[in-house]
Amino acid sequence: MLDTQDDGYMTADGRKIGGVAMEMRNITLRFGGVVAIKDISFDIRWGEVRAIIGPNGAGKSSMLNVISGFYHPQEGEVIYKGYKRPRMRPYEVARMGIARTFQNIALFEGMSVLDNIMTGRLNHMSSGFLSQAMWWGKAAREEEENREKVEKIIDFLEIQHIRKTPVARLPYGLKKRVELARALAAEPAILLLDEPMAGMNVEEKEDMCRFVLDVNDEFGTTIVLIEHDMGVVMDLSDRVVVMDYGKKIGDGTPDEVRNDEEVIKAYLGVAHD
Amino acid sequence: MPDTLLFAMEAALNGLTAGIMYALVALGFVLIFKASGIFNFSQGVMALFAALTLVGFQQGQVPFAHLINAIFGTRVHHFGWNLPTLLAIPATVGVMVVFAWAVERFVLRHLVNQKPIILFMATIGLAYFLEGLGDLMWGAEVKRLDVGIPQGMSGAVDDLTFGLFGYGFYMDTLDLYAMVIAALLVAVLVLFSQYTKEGRALRAVADDHQAALSVGISLRFIWVLTWSIAGIVALVAGIMWGAKSGVQFSLSLIALKALPVLILGGFTSIPGAIVGGLIIGVGEKLFDFFMQPIVGGATENWFAYMLALVFLLFRPQGLFGEKIIERV
Repeated sequence: MLDTQDDGYMTADGRKIGGVAMEMRNITLRFGGVVAIKDISFDIRWGEVRAIIGPNGAGKSSMLNVISGFYHPQEGEVIYKGYKRPRMRPYEVARMGIARTFQNIALFEGMSVLDNIMTGRLNHMSSGFLSQAMWWGKAAREEEENREKVEKIIDFLEIQHIRKTPVARLPYGLKKRVELARALAAEPAILLLDEPMAGMNVEEKEDMCRFVLDVNDEFGTTIVLIEHDMGVVMDLSDRVVVMDYGKKIGDGTPDEVRNDEEVIKAYLGVAHD
Repeated sequence: MPDTLLFAMEAALNGLTAGIMYALVALGFVLIFKASGIFNFSQGVMALFAALTLVGFQQGQVPFAHLINAIFGTRVHHFGWNLPTLLAIPATVGVMVVFAWAVERFVLRHLVNQKPIILFMATIGLAYFLEGLGDLMWGAEVKRLDVGIPQGMSGAVDDLTFGLFGYGFYMDTLDLYAMVIAALLVAVLVLFSQYTKEGRALRAVADDHQAALSVGISLRFIWVLTWSIAGIVALVAGIMWGAKSGVQFSLSLIALKALPVLILGGFTSIPGAIVGGLIIGVGEKLFDFFMQPIVGGATENWFAYMLALVFLLFRPQGLFGEKIIERV
């Protein structure tokens, strides 16, 4: 296990991992009688790629929803930037620099790709709505600056050719990429990705892997991701949390986790002899 | 040109202006339906309430005068001054914004994630509540509304058409103003929704609540904003209809006329509301004009609902509505 009290370390490929950004302390989440998450604690460090893995129904998405404020745990606390986070609504969490994508893509289907990504910048626009309506000085400048940032992200994710296309017309793989672009547009400190590669073919998966790594590398964004594909997880992540039936059964580097007996049992089953 | 054709043209022209009035009411419905999926039954009463409030401010009426007098035994009725229209309108807008806030705070907030039918029932309740509130605040008698828009036959239209066809069309000046104001209103709404930050957030909420939350949009703020805009649209409709036929209870029934317009244009389309209104307006006038010799008139009101029924049978999503695709 890593010591979480220090100020970070260097990875083998030379990236700097910082101190603790967010800490989940004894989180328990129930839906009526069903316990989705049971007394789970782990931390997320600045600049790392942190994966949450586990079989179906393990409570991975629930955990992501707790972090992004969509669910509120009955017990436990979320410590962000050293302070206990009060109960927050999802839009308030988003305004604190935590962006996310969804397992079943949640894009604005009726709007163009560009408009979708621009919504990601809503919280970076400050000019009031009268001056916006009148299109005066500051508002116009602000719109331009935000457009520039968005165009950069569009270039970065290589989706220039679909800028003006309504999202509803895009194939699945591209929709996932647009959703990532919208989350990035918010310039988040922490980016939560819920199965970013689910349902993709090999080529699309490779592209997405590259983008996730590039985002982490170039913008220094902390990334928390849920993924089923073990190969992908082992390649991408610095540390992995393993969940099963709402409980944490493993936590460590990919190598540590891969050789953990509990984890192997959960994934491969136990021999009945 | 044969007389019948000229008369038909005149009827169509008047239909256009009536259509604009229908479209104004329908617009309020579309705004709220788009942003929250709620069919707001109280839209008509909102128009009545807005018009009542405007007249009340203009004439310097004391709100809740009857109630105050009944409780304290006083005899207050008027403050003794008249508010100029230019001040009374912003004041009324303020009241509609407060109303929008109250609707979010006391109704919508408690009904998040409920089925559309439950929200619809809530707006029916809201309609009766608002109707009572309007009476209690400003009294139930019929009021005259004058915001300084000239009324009566438009000389310009008369002269123009007389010069062209040798027959002057009758057109009310008020209707001409209504057309210009409606066009302005729609232009402002479209610009607002396409080019401002709040407009973008509004479209986002209309599209997907969850996604909107995840990019940091406050649903509550957007709901207050939407209901405020619907309140302002209701005020415009209330002014136009009120100036035409007085501010009284029947004003709230214009909402019924908006129904066929919505079915025609689609519940989710602003251009649909305009085009639907125009089609109903012109259609009913022309239908009445041509059917009068055969069935003896009074088909004007019947036509709108009949047309809506035909649309429900063959194109339930309306002309501009989002197509209903069911995945199997």
